[in-house]
Amino acid sequence: MRTVAVVGASLAGLSAARSLRKRGYDGRLVVIGDEPHRPYDRPPLSKEFLAGTIGEGDLALETDDEDLRAEWLLGSRATGFDRAARAVRLADGREVRADGFVLATGAAARILPGADGLAGVHTLRTLDDARALRDELALGGRLVVIGGGFIGAEVASTAYALGLDVTVIEVAPTPLAASLGPTMGSIVSGLHTDHGVRLRCGVGVKGLSGEHRVDAVLLEDGSTVPADIVVVGVGARPCVEWLEGSGIALDDGVVCGADGRTSLGGVVAVGDCANWYDPRAGRHRRVEHWTGARERPDAAVAALLSWGESEPGVPKPPYFWSDQYGVKIQFAGHAARADSVTVEEGSPDERNVLAVYRRAGRPVAVLGMNQPRLFTRWRKHLAVAA
Amino acid sequence: MMIPACRLSDLPRGEAYRLDIDPPVSVFHTDDGEIFAIDDTCTHQDASLADGWLEGCEVECPLHSSKFDLRTGAVDAPPAKLPVRTHEVLVEDGTIYVRLSTDAPNLPPCIAARLAGGVT
Ligand SMILES: Cc1cc2nc3c(=O)[nH]c(=O)nc-3n(C[C@H](O)[C@H](O)[C@H](O)COP(=O)(O)OP(=O)(O)OC[C@H]3O[C@@H](n4cnc5c(N)ncnc54)[C@H](O)[C@@H]3O)c2cc1C
Ligand code: FES
Repeated sequence: MRTVAVVGASLAGLSAARSLRKRGYDGRLVVIGDEPHRPYDRPPLSKEFLAGTIGEGDLALETDDEDLRAEWLLGSRATGFDRAARAVRLADGREVRADGFVLATGAAARILPGADGLAGVHTLRTLDDARALRDELALGGRLVVIGGGFIGAEVASTAYALGLDVTVIEVAPTPLAASLGPTMGSIVSGLHTDHGVRLRCGVGVKGLSGEHRVDAVLLEDGSTVPADIVVVGVGARPCVEWLEGSGIALDDGVVCGADGRTSLGGVVAVGDCANWYDPRAGRHRRVEHWTGARERPDAAVAALLSWGESEPGVPKPPYFWSDQYGVKIQFAGHAARADSVTVEEGSPDERNVLAVYRRAGRPVAVLGMNQPRLFTRWRKHLAVAA
Repeated sequence: MMIPACRLSDLPRGEAYRLDIDPPVSVFHTDDGEIFAIDDTCTHQDASLADGWLEGCEVECPLHSSKFDLRTGAVDAPPAKLPVRTHEVLVEDGTIYVRLSTDAPNLPPCIAARLAGGVT
Protein backbone atom coordinates (compact mmCIF):
# COMPACT_ATOMS: atom_id res chain seq x y z
CA MET A 1 0.00 0.00 0.00
CA ARG A 2 1.47 3.35 -1.03
CA THR A 3 -1.14 5.88 0.04
CA VAL A 4 -3.68 5.74 2.84
CA ALA A 5 -6.31 8.45 3.23
CA VAL A 6 -7.97 8.94 6.60
CA VAL A 7 -11.21 10.92 6.36
CA GLY A 8 -12.14 12.62 9.64
CA ALA A 9 -9.46 14.28 11.76
CA SER A 10 -10.69 13.64 15.26
CA LEU A 11 -10.14 10.89 17.81
CA ALA A 12 -10.85 7.90 15.57
CA GLY A 13 -8.94 9.34 12.59
CA LEU A 14 -5.93 10.29 14.69
CA SER A 15 -5.93 6.90 16.42
CA ALA A 16 -5.97 5.20 13.01
CA ALA A 17 -3.10 7.36 11.76
CA ARG A 18 -1.10 6.50 14.86
CA SER A 19 -1.79 2.80 14.46
CA LEU A 20 -0.72 2.87 10.83
CA ARG A 21 2.68 4.25 11.78
CA LYS A 22 2.98 2.03 14.82
CA ARG A 23 2.28 -1.00 12.68
CA GLY A 24 5.05 -0.03 10.30
CA TYR A 25 3.12 1.56 7.46
CA ASP A 26 5.69 3.80 5.81
CA GLY A 27 3.84 5.20 2.82
CA ARG A 28 2.01 8.44 2.18
CA LEU A 29 -0.59 9.31 4.79
CA VAL A 30 -3.24 11.96 4.12
CA VAL A 31 -5.62 13.05 6.88
CA ILE A 32 -8.69 14.97 5.74
CA GLY A 33 -10.87 16.91 8.18
CA ASP A 34 -13.56 19.51 7.64
CA GLU A 35 -12.93 21.41 10.86
CA PRO A 36 -10.06 23.90 10.76
CA HIS A 37 -8.73 22.63 14.10
CA ARG A 38 -6.08 20.02 14.86
CA PRO A 39 -7.61 16.93 16.52
CA TYR A 40 -9.13 17.84 19.88
CA ASP A 41 -10.91 15.98 22.61
CA ARG A 42 -14.70 16.27 22.78
CA PRO A 43 -15.67 14.90 26.22
CA PRO A 44 -14.43 18.01 28.07
CA LEU A 45 -16.66 20.19 25.85
CA SER A 46 -19.68 19.41 28.04
CA LYS A 47 -17.64 19.32 31.24
CA GLU A 48 -14.39 21.10 32.20
CA PHE A 49 -14.13 23.21 29.05
CA LEU A 50 -17.74 24.35 29.32
CA ALA A 51 -17.20 25.08 33.00
CA GLY A 52 -14.08 27.10 32.17
CA THR A 53 -11.70 25.00 34.28
CA ILE A 54 -9.58 23.99 31.28
CA GLY A 55 -8.71 25.91 28.16
CA GLU A 56 -8.41 25.14 24.47
CA GLY A 57 -4.78 24.09 24.74
CA ASP A 58 -5.78 21.32 27.13
CA LEU A 59 -8.08 19.79 24.50
CA ALA A 60 -5.32 18.89 22.04
CA LEU A 61 -5.11 15.15 21.38
CA GLU A 62 -1.64 15.27 19.89
CA THR A 63 1.45 15.63 21.99
CA ASP A 64 3.87 18.48 21.30
CA ASP A 65 6.60 16.29 19.86
CA GLU A 66 4.37 14.01 17.83
CA ASP A 67 5.10 13.62 14.13
CA LEU A 68 3.03 11.17 12.14
CA ARG A 69 4.53 12.29 8.83
CA ALA A 70 1.03 12.93 7.58
CA GLU A 71 -0.33 15.50 5.16
CA TRP A 72 -3.12 17.29 6.99
CA LEU A 73 -5.88 18.65 4.79
CA LEU A 74 -7.83 20.56 7.40
CA GLY A 75 -10.84 22.72 6.63
CA SER A 76 -11.53 20.33 3.72
CA ARG A 77 -14.85 18.55 3.59
CA ALA A 78 -15.10 15.21 1.82
CA THR A 79 -18.12 15.28 -0.46
CA GLY A 80 -17.90 12.00 -2.30
CA PHE A 81 -16.14 8.70 -2.73
CA ASP A 82 -15.28 7.52 -6.21
CA ARG A 83 -15.05 3.78 -6.08
CA ALA A 84 -13.68 3.29 -9.57
CA ALA A 85 -10.94 5.89 -9.23
CA ARG A 86 -10.38 5.01 -5.56
CA ALA A 87 -10.51 8.65 -4.63
CA VAL A 88 -12.12 10.94 -2.07
CA ARG A 89 -13.61 14.10 -3.58
CA LEU A 90 -13.28 17.28 -1.58
CA ALA A 91 -15.61 20.28 -1.46
CA ASP A 92 -13.00 22.50 -3.15
CA GLY A 93 -12.88 20.18 -6.16
CA ARG A 94 -9.65 18.42 -5.26
CA GLU A 95 -9.39 14.64 -5.21
CA VAL A 96 -7.30 12.43 -2.97
CA ARG A 97 -6.42 9.11 -4.56
CA ALA A 98 -5.33 6.29 -2.30
CA ASP A 99 -5.06 2.52 -2.02
CA GLY A 100 -6.39 2.29 1.50
CA PHE A 101 -9.07 4.36 3.23
CA VAL A 102 -10.08 4.87 6.83
CA LEU A 103 -13.53 6.42 7.19
CA ALA A 104 -13.72 8.32 10.47
CA THR A 105 -16.19 11.14 9.94
CA GLY A 106 -17.93 10.69 13.29
CA ALA A 107 -21.38 11.97 14.04
CA ALA A 108 -23.17 15.31 14.10
CA ALA A 109 -25.65 16.63 16.63
CA ARG A 110 -29.28 16.17 15.68
CA ILE A 111 -31.28 19.35 15.56
CA LEU A 112 -34.94 20.13 16.18
CA PRO A 113 -36.89 20.99 13.07
CA GLY A 114 -37.83 24.67 13.14
CA ALA A 115 -35.21 25.64 15.71
CA ASP A 116 -32.82 27.13 13.14
CA GLY A 117 -32.09 30.78 13.22
CA LEU A 118 -33.29 31.48 16.77
CA ALA A 119 -30.58 33.02 18.91
CA GLY A 120 -29.98 31.28 22.21
CA VAL A 121 -30.52 27.78 20.81
CA HIS A 122 -27.48 25.50 20.86
CA THR A 123 -26.30 22.03 20.05
CA LEU A 124 -23.01 20.71 21.39
CA ARG A 125 -20.66 18.65 19.28
CA THR A 126 -17.73 20.79 18.22
CA LEU A 127 -15.26 23.19 19.78
CA ASP A 128 -17.02 26.06 18.04
CA ASP A 129 -20.36 24.93 19.55
CA ALA A 130 -18.79 24.75 22.99
CA ARG A 131 -17.23 28.22 22.74
CA ALA A 132 -20.60 29.71 21.80
CA LEU A 133 -22.47 27.91 24.56
CA ARG A 134 -19.82 28.74 27.16
CA ASP A 135 -20.08 32.43 26.33
CA GLU A 136 -23.86 32.38 26.76
CA LEU A 137 -23.86 30.36 29.96
CA ALA A 138 -21.54 32.99 31.43
CA LEU A 139 -24.43 35.44 31.21
CA GLY A 140 -26.58 33.20 33.45
CA GLY A 141 -30.35 32.87 33.36
CA ARG A 142 -32.77 30.05 32.69
CA LEU A 143 -31.45 27.09 30.74
CA VAL A 144 -33.71 24.46 29.25
CA VAL A 145 -32.02 21.27 28.08
CA ILE A 146 -34.02 19.25 25.60
CA GLY A 147 -33.00 15.60 25.97
CA GLY A 148 -32.01 13.79 29.15
CA GLY A 149 -29.26 11.67 27.58
CA PHE A 150 -25.61 11.89 28.60
CA ILE A 151 -24.72 15.12 26.79
CA GLY A 152 -27.90 16.83 28.01
CA ALA A 153 -27.30 15.66 31.56
CA GLU A 154 -23.68 16.84 31.52
CA VAL A 155 -24.62 20.26 30.19
CA ALA A 156 -27.32 20.51 32.89
CA SER A 157 -24.82 19.54 35.56
CA THR A 158 -22.17 22.01 34.35
CA ALA A 159 -24.71 24.84 34.04
CA TYR A 160 -26.10 24.08 37.48
CA ALA A 161 -22.58 24.41 38.91
CA LEU A 162 -22.26 27.76 37.12
CA GLY A 163 -25.38 28.94 38.94
CA LEU A 164 -28.00 28.77 36.19
CA ASP A 165 -31.60 27.80 36.71
CA VAL A 166 -31.91 24.49 34.83
CA THR A 167 -34.78 22.36 33.50
CA VAL A 168 -34.27 19.10 31.61
CA ILE A 169 -37.01 17.80 29.33
CA GLU A 170 -37.05 14.15 28.33
CA VAL A 171 -39.62 12.56 26.06
CA ALA A 172 -39.11 9.04 27.44
CA PRO A 173 -40.65 8.12 30.81
CA THR A 174 -37.15 7.43 32.20
CA PRO A 175 -33.98 9.16 31.03
CA LEU A 176 -31.02 6.96 30.01
CA ALA A 177 -33.23 3.86 29.88
CA ALA A 178 -31.98 2.95 26.42
CA SER A 179 -28.37 2.69 27.57
CA LEU A 180 -28.73 1.78 31.27
CA GLY A 181 -32.16 0.15 31.49
CA PRO A 182 -35.06 1.75 33.40
CA THR A 183 -33.98 0.95 36.98
CA MET A 184 -30.47 2.32 36.74
CA GLY A 185 -31.59 5.05 34.32
CA SER A 186 -33.86 6.47 36.99
CA ILE A 187 -31.17 6.20 39.68
CA VAL A 188 -28.58 8.01 37.58
CA SER A 189 -31.02 10.67 36.37
CA GLY A 190 -32.06 11.19 40.01
CA LEU A 191 -28.84 13.22 40.19
CA HIS A 192 -30.73 16.09 38.56
CA THR A 193 -33.46 16.32 41.17
CA ASP A 194 -30.96 15.74 44.00
CA HIS A 195 -29.54 19.11 43.03
CA GLY A 196 -32.74 20.97 42.42
CA VAL A 197 -32.53 20.74 38.65
CA ARG A 198 -36.07 20.21 37.33
CA LEU A 199 -36.60 17.06 35.30
CA ARG A 200 -39.74 16.68 33.19
CA CYS A 201 -40.15 13.24 31.69
CA GLY A 202 -42.64 11.64 29.36
CA VAL A 203 -43.44 14.81 27.49
CA GLY A 204 -42.35 15.79 24.00
CA VAL A 205 -41.34 19.19 22.71
CA LYS A 206 -43.75 20.84 20.28
CA GLY A 207 -41.58 23.80 19.41
CA LEU A 208 -39.75 26.88 20.52
CA SER A 209 -41.08 30.39 20.85
CA GLY A 210 -39.33 33.72 20.43
CA GLU A 211 -38.88 36.44 17.83
CA HIS A 212 -35.17 36.62 17.22
CA ARG A 213 -34.13 34.99 20.41
CA VAL A 214 -35.69 31.98 22.07
CA ASP A 215 -37.91 32.82 25.05
CA ALA A 216 -39.65 29.52 25.81
CA VAL A 217 -39.94 25.84 25.00
CA LEU A 218 -43.47 24.66 24.15
CA LEU A 219 -44.39 21.17 25.26
CA GLU A 220 -46.85 18.73 23.81
CA ASP A 221 -49.01 18.75 26.93
CA GLY A 222 -49.71 22.42 26.25
CA SER A 223 -47.37 23.80 28.89
CA THR A 224 -44.61 26.34 28.33
CA VAL A 225 -41.18 26.42 29.94
CA PRO A 226 -39.57 29.87 29.88
CA ALA A 227 -35.98 29.86 28.66
CA ASP A 228 -33.11 32.26 28.06
CA ILE A 229 -30.88 29.54 26.62
CA VAL A 230 -31.87 26.20 25.09
CA VAL A 231 -29.56 23.27 24.48
CA VAL A 232 -30.84 20.58 22.14
CA GLY A 233 -29.28 17.28 23.17
CA VAL A 234 -31.32 14.78 21.24
CA GLY A 235 -28.59 12.52 19.96
CA ALA A 236 -26.31 12.39 16.97
CA ARG A 237 -26.47 10.98 13.47
CA PRO A 238 -23.51 9.42 11.69
CA CYS A 239 -21.83 11.68 9.10
CA VAL A 240 -22.05 9.40 6.08
CA GLU A 241 -24.12 11.40 3.56
CA TRP A 242 -20.96 11.94 1.59
CA LEU A 243 -20.71 8.18 1.01
CA GLU A 244 -24.14 7.78 -0.50
CA GLY A 245 -23.97 6.24 -3.96
CA SER A 246 -20.36 5.15 -3.40
CA GLY A 247 -21.26 1.47 -3.25
CA ILE A 248 -20.07 1.22 0.34
CA ALA A 249 -22.88 -0.39 2.37
CA LEU A 250 -24.57 2.08 4.72
CA ASP A 251 -27.19 1.50 7.38
CA ASP A 252 -27.14 3.75 10.42
CA GLY A 253 -23.52 4.54 9.56
CA VAL A 254 -21.00 2.52 7.59
CA VAL A 255 -21.75 -1.20 7.91
CA CYS A 256 -18.63 -3.04 9.07
CA GLY A 257 -17.43 -6.43 10.21
CA ALA A 258 -16.05 -7.05 13.68
CA ASP A 259 -12.75 -5.50 12.60
CA GLY A 260 -14.03 -2.43 10.81
CA ARG A 261 -13.85 -3.82 7.28
CA THR A 262 -16.53 -2.32 5.06
CA SER A 263 -18.22 -3.89 2.04
CA LEU A 264 -15.49 -2.46 -0.17
CA GLY A 265 -11.95 -3.86 -0.25
CA GLY A 266 -9.27 -1.60 1.20
CA VAL A 267 -11.79 0.54 3.11
CA VAL A 268 -12.33 0.40 6.87
CA ALA A 269 -14.54 2.56 9.09
CA VAL A 270 -13.97 3.51 12.72
CA GLY A 271 -15.47 5.62 15.49
CA ASP A 272 -18.93 7.14 15.73
CA CYS A 273 -19.67 6.80 11.99
CA ALA A 274 -19.08 3.04 11.97
CA ASN A 275 -21.73 0.40 12.59
CA TRP A 276 -19.52 -2.52 13.65
CA TYR A 277 -20.66 -6.08 13.96
CA ASP A 278 -20.61 -7.08 17.60
CA PRO A 279 -20.24 -10.84 18.02
CA ARG A 280 -21.32 -10.62 21.68
CA ALA A 281 -24.61 -8.95 20.86
CA GLY A 282 -24.97 -10.95 17.64
CA ARG A 283 -25.79 -7.83 15.66
CA HIS A 284 -24.40 -4.60 14.30
CA ARG A 285 -24.08 -1.82 16.78
CA ARG A 286 -22.95 1.76 16.35
CA VAL A 287 -21.11 2.79 19.49
CA GLU A 288 -20.73 6.50 20.09
CA HIS A 289 -18.16 6.44 22.84
CA TRP A 290 -14.67 7.76 23.24
CA THR A 291 -12.95 4.49 24.12
CA GLY A 292 -14.22 2.68 21.03
CA ALA A 293 -13.02 5.55 18.84
CA ARG A 294 -9.61 5.33 20.45
CA GLU A 295 -9.14 1.55 20.62
CA ARG A 296 -10.91 0.04 17.65
CA PRO A 297 -8.94 1.84 14.96
CA ASP A 298 -5.97 -0.39 15.77
CA ALA A 299 -7.95 -3.52 14.87
CA ALA A 300 -9.26 -1.82 11.74
CA VAL A 301 -5.78 -0.75 10.68
CA ALA A 302 -4.52 -4.30 11.20
CA ALA A 303 -7.33 -5.52 8.97
CA LEU A 304 -6.58 -2.85 6.37
CA LEU A 305 -2.89 -3.68 6.19
CA SER A 306 -3.49 -7.43 5.90
CA TRP A 307 -6.71 -7.34 3.91
CA GLY A 308 -8.59 -10.60 4.14
CA GLU A 309 -5.84 -12.47 5.91
CA SER A 310 -6.36 -11.61 9.55
CA GLU A 311 -9.21 -13.09 11.57
CA PRO A 312 -11.26 -10.45 13.34
CA GLY A 313 -10.96 -10.74 17.11
CA VAL A 314 -13.83 -10.01 19.48
CA PRO A 315 -13.86 -6.29 20.31
CA LYS A 316 -13.86 -5.39 23.99
CA PRO A 317 -17.29 -4.63 25.45
CA PRO A 318 -18.26 -1.00 24.80
CA TYR A 319 -17.28 1.35 27.63
CA PHE A 320 -18.16 4.92 28.44
CA TRP A 321 -17.97 7.34 31.28
CA SER A 322 -19.84 10.46 32.18
CA ASP A 323 -19.31 13.11 34.86
CA GLN A 324 -22.43 14.62 36.37
CA TYR A 325 -22.82 16.68 39.54
CA GLY A 326 -19.42 15.52 40.74
CA VAL A 327 -20.29 11.83 40.30
CA LYS A 328 -18.20 9.57 38.04
CA ILE A 329 -20.49 7.37 36.04
CA GLN A 330 -18.94 4.40 34.22
CA PHE A 331 -20.64 1.76 32.16
CA ALA A 332 -19.45 -1.23 30.15
CA GLY A 333 -21.29 -3.89 28.18
CA HIS A 334 -24.83 -4.20 26.87
CA ALA A 335 -27.70 -3.44 29.24
CA ALA A 336 -30.28 -4.53 26.69
CA ARG A 337 -29.10 -8.13 26.88
CA ALA A 338 -29.70 -8.36 30.64
CA ASP A 339 -32.57 -10.10 32.40
CA SER A 340 -31.58 -8.88 35.87
CA VAL A 341 -29.68 -6.02 37.52
CA THR A 342 -28.35 -6.19 41.05
CA VAL A 343 -26.59 -3.60 43.15
CA GLU A 344 -23.48 -5.34 44.45
CA GLU A 345 -21.94 -2.48 46.38
CA GLY A 346 -22.95 0.93 47.65
CA SER A 347 -26.41 2.37 47.85
CA PRO A 348 -28.66 3.85 45.17
CA ASP A 349 -29.93 6.50 47.61
CA GLU A 350 -26.42 7.82 48.01
CA ARG A 351 -25.84 7.65 44.25
CA ASN A 352 -22.86 5.45 44.87
CA VAL A 353 -23.32 2.04 43.32
CA LEU A 354 -21.72 -0.81 41.53
CA ALA A 355 -24.45 -2.65 39.67
CA VAL A 356 -24.06 -5.81 37.62
CA TYR A 357 -26.37 -6.71 34.76
CA ARG A 358 -26.75 -10.41 34.06
CA ARG A 359 -28.33 -12.63 31.50
CA ALA A 360 -29.08 -16.15 32.65
CA GLY A 361 -26.73 -15.54 35.56
CA ARG A 362 -23.78 -14.38 33.45
CA PRO A 363 -22.59 -10.77 33.66
CA VAL A 364 -23.26 -8.78 30.48
CA ALA A 365 -22.85 -5.22 31.72
CA VAL A 366 -21.67 -3.23 34.70
CA LEU A 367 -22.44 0.27 35.97
CA GLY A 368 -20.43 2.24 38.47
CA MET A 369 -21.23 5.52 40.19
CA ASN A 370 -18.17 6.74 42.07
CA GLN A 371 -16.78 3.20 42.15
CA PRO A 372 -13.73 3.35 39.86
CA ARG A 373 -11.79 0.57 41.54
CA LEU A 374 -14.51 -2.05 41.63
CA PHE A 375 -15.77 -0.95 38.27
CA THR A 376 -12.34 -1.48 36.69
CA ARG A 377 -12.20 -5.01 38.04
CA TRP A 378 -15.68 -5.85 36.84
CA ARG A 379 -15.00 -4.33 33.46
CA LYS A 380 -11.99 -6.60 32.97
CA HIS A 381 -13.96 -9.58 34.17
CA LEU A 382 -16.69 -8.75 31.68
CA ALA A 383 -14.22 -8.64 28.79
CA VAL A 384 -13.38 -12.25 29.56
CA ALA A 385 -16.81 -13.51 30.61
CA ALA A 386 -19.29 -11.87 28.30
CA MET B 1 12.90 12.09 51.61
CA MET B 2 12.39 8.47 52.60
CA ILE B 3 8.88 7.46 53.63
CA PRO B 4 7.70 4.13 55.03
CA ALA B 5 4.71 2.97 52.97
CA CYS B 6 3.47 -0.39 54.20
CA ARG B 7 4.56 -3.89 55.15
CA LEU B 8 5.57 -6.00 52.18
CA SER B 9 3.40 -8.80 53.59
CA ASP B 10 0.37 -6.48 53.46
CA LEU B 11 0.76 -5.86 49.73
CA PRO B 12 -0.01 -9.01 47.73
CA ARG B 13 1.11 -9.35 44.13
CA GLY B 14 -1.21 -7.62 41.70
CA GLU B 15 -2.22 -5.03 44.30
CA ALA B 16 -1.50 -1.37 44.93
CA TYR B 17 -1.13 0.66 48.08
CA ARG B 18 -1.87 4.38 48.11
CA LEU B 19 0.23 6.60 50.32
CA ASP B 20 -1.90 9.56 51.32
CA ILE B 21 0.68 12.28 51.11
CA ASP B 22 0.33 15.39 48.95
CA PRO B 23 0.38 14.63 46.08
CA PRO B 24 -0.41 10.96 46.79
CA VAL B 25 1.98 8.20 45.71
CA SER B 26 1.13 4.60 44.91
CA VAL B 27 3.18 1.50 45.42
CA PHE B 28 2.51 -1.42 43.08
CA HIS B 29 3.45 -5.04 43.58
CA THR B 30 3.48 -6.68 40.17
CA ASP B 31 2.54 -10.26 39.43
CA ASP B 32 6.24 -10.91 38.84
CA GLY B 33 7.04 -9.74 42.35
CA GLU B 34 8.59 -6.38 41.48
CA ILE B 35 7.75 -3.26 43.44
CA PHE B 36 7.38 0.20 41.96
CA ALA B 37 6.24 3.59 43.21
CA ILE B 38 4.72 6.32 41.03
CA ASP B 39 2.57 9.39 41.54
CA ASP B 40 -0.95 8.16 42.18
CA THR B 41 -2.82 10.89 40.33
CA CYS B 42 -3.29 10.42 36.60
CA THR B 43 -1.83 13.31 34.59
CA HIS B 44 -5.08 13.64 32.63
CA GLN B 45 -7.68 14.11 35.34
CA ASP B 46 -8.30 13.46 38.99
CA ALA B 47 -8.14 9.67 39.05
CA SER B 48 -6.23 7.41 41.41
CA LEU B 49 -3.96 5.02 39.54
CA ALA B 50 -4.08 2.69 42.55
CA ASP B 51 -7.69 2.08 41.46
CA GLY B 52 -6.49 1.16 38.00
CA TRP B 53 -5.70 -2.14 36.35
CA LEU B 54 -2.24 -3.57 36.79
CA GLU B 55 -0.89 -5.72 34.01
CA GLY B 56 2.77 -6.60 33.76
CA CYS B 57 4.68 -3.40 34.39
CA GLU B 58 1.83 -1.14 33.32
CA VAL B 59 -1.13 0.36 35.09
CA GLU B 60 -4.22 1.39 33.17
CA CYS B 61 -6.02 4.48 34.45
CA PRO B 62 -9.48 3.55 35.78
CA LEU B 63 -11.24 6.40 34.01
CA HIS B 64 -10.03 6.79 30.45
CA SER B 65 -7.55 3.94 30.04
CA SER B 66 -4.25 5.69 29.36
CA LYS B 67 -1.51 3.28 30.45
CA PHE B 68 1.53 4.26 32.49
CA ASP B 69 4.77 2.31 32.58
CA LEU B 70 5.67 1.71 36.22
CA ARG B 71 9.39 1.62 35.42
CA THR B 72 9.62 4.94 33.60
CA GLY B 73 6.30 6.69 34.27
CA ALA B 74 5.79 7.05 30.50
CA VAL B 75 2.27 7.15 29.14
CA ASP B 76 1.20 5.20 26.05
CA ALA B 77 -1.62 7.16 24.43
CA PRO B 78 -4.12 9.94 25.08
CA PRO B 79 -6.07 11.29 26.82
CA ALA B 80 -3.16 11.56 29.26
CA LYS B 81 -0.15 13.15 27.58
CA LEU B 82 2.40 13.61 30.33
CA PRO B 83 4.29 10.93 32.25
CA VAL B 84 3.88 10.41 35.98
CA ARG B 85 6.87 10.73 38.29
CA THR B 86 8.51 7.55 39.43
CA HIS B 87 9.97 7.13 42.90
CA GLU B 88 12.66 4.86 44.19
CA VAL B 89 11.56 1.96 46.42
CA LEU B 90 13.47 0.09 49.07
CA VAL B 91 12.45 -2.90 51.11
CA GLU B 92 14.05 -3.23 54.50
CA ASP B 93 13.05 -5.53 57.35
CA GLY B 94 9.81 -6.33 55.57
CA THR B 95 8.80 -2.68 55.17
CA ILE B 96 8.48 -0.89 51.83
CA TYR B 97 10.04 2.58 51.78
CA VAL B 98 9.63 5.21 49.09
CA ARG B 99 12.27 7.81 48.29
CA LEU B 100 10.33 10.71 46.80
CA SER B 101 11.49 12.17 43.53
CA THR B 102 12.54 15.79 43.65
CA ASP B 103 11.13 16.51 40.18
CA ALA B 104 8.00 18.60 39.85
CA PRO B 105 4.89 16.41 39.57
CA ASN B 106 2.76 16.44 36.40
CA LEU B 107 -0.60 17.11 37.97
CA PRO B 108 -3.70 17.25 35.77
CA PRO B 109 -4.90 20.74 34.80
CA CYS B 110 -7.99 20.55 37.05
CA ILE B 111 -5.86 19.91 40.15
CA ALA B 112 -3.11 22.30 39.12
CA ALA B 113 -5.78 25.00 38.75
CA ARG B 114 -7.19 24.19 42.17
CA LEU B 115 -3.75 24.35 43.76
CA ALA B 116 -3.05 27.65 42.08
CA GLY B 117 -6.13 28.98 43.84
CA GLY B 118 -8.60 29.17 41.01
CA VAL B 119 -9.12 28.89 37.32
CA THR B 120 -6.28 29.89 35.06
C1 LIG C 1 -19.83 17.11 24.11
C2 LIG C 1 -19.43 15.67 24.05
C3 LIG C 1 -19.12 14.99 25.24
C4 LIG C 1 -18.76 13.64 25.19
N1 LIG C 1 -18.46 13.02 26.37
C5 LIG C 1 -18.12 11.70 26.35
C6 LIG C 1 -17.83 11.03 27.56
O1 LIG C 1 -17.87 11.60 28.64
N2 LIG C 1 -17.50 9.72 27.48
C7 LIG C 1 -17.45 9.04 26.31
O2 LIG C 1 -17.16 7.84 26.31
N3 LIG C 1 -17.70 9.67 25.14
C8 LIG C 1 -18.05 10.98 25.14
N4 LIG C 1 -18.33 11.62 23.96
C9 LIG C 1 -18.26 10.86 22.69
C10 LIG C 1 -16.88 10.91 22.04
O3 LIG C 1 -16.38 12.21 22.05
C11 LIG C 1 -17.01 10.40 20.62
O4 LIG C 1 -17.37 9.04 20.69
C12 LIG C 1 -15.72 10.56 19.81
O5 LIG C 1 -15.42 11.91 19.63
C13 LIG C 1 -15.86 9.88 18.46
O6 LIG C 1 -14.73 10.13 17.68
P1 LIG C 1 -14.78 10.11 16.10
O7 LIG C 1 -13.41 10.48 15.68
O8 LIG C 1 -15.39 8.85 15.65
O9 LIG C 1 -15.83 11.21 15.69
P2 LIG C 1 -15.84 12.78 15.88
O10 LIG C 1 -15.14 13.13 17.14
O11 LIG C 1 -17.25 13.20 15.69
O12 LIG C 1 -14.96 13.33 14.70
C14 LIG C 1 -15.29 13.23 13.36
C15 LIG C 1 -14.59 14.33 12.61
O13 LIG C 1 -14.84 14.18 11.22
C16 LIG C 1 -15.19 15.41 10.67
N5 LIG C 1 -16.03 15.21 9.48
C17 LIG C 1 -17.35 14.88 9.43
N6 LIG C 1 -17.76 14.78 8.14
C18 LIG C 1 -16.67 15.06 7.38
C19 LIG C 1 -16.45 15.12 5.97
N7 LIG C 1 -17.42 14.87 5.10
N8 LIG C 1 -15.21 15.44 5.53
C20 LIG C 1 -14.19 15.68 6.40
N9 LIG C 1 -14.36 15.63 7.73
C21 LIG C 1 -15.56 15.32 8.22
C22 LIG C 1 -15.92 16.10 11.79
O14 LIG C 1 -15.99 17.50 11.61
C23 LIG C 1 -15.08 15.72 12.99
O15 LIG C 1 -14.01 16.58 13.18
C24 LIG C 1 -18.70 12.96 23.96
C25 LIG C 1 -19.02 13.64 22.78
C26 LIG C 1 -19.39 14.98 22.81
C27 LIG C 1 -19.73 15.68 21.54
S1 FES D 1 -8.04 10.43 34.22
FE1 FES D 1 -6.53 9.02 33.60
S2 FES D 1 -6.80 8.82 31.50
FE2 FES D 1 -8.25 10.28 32.10
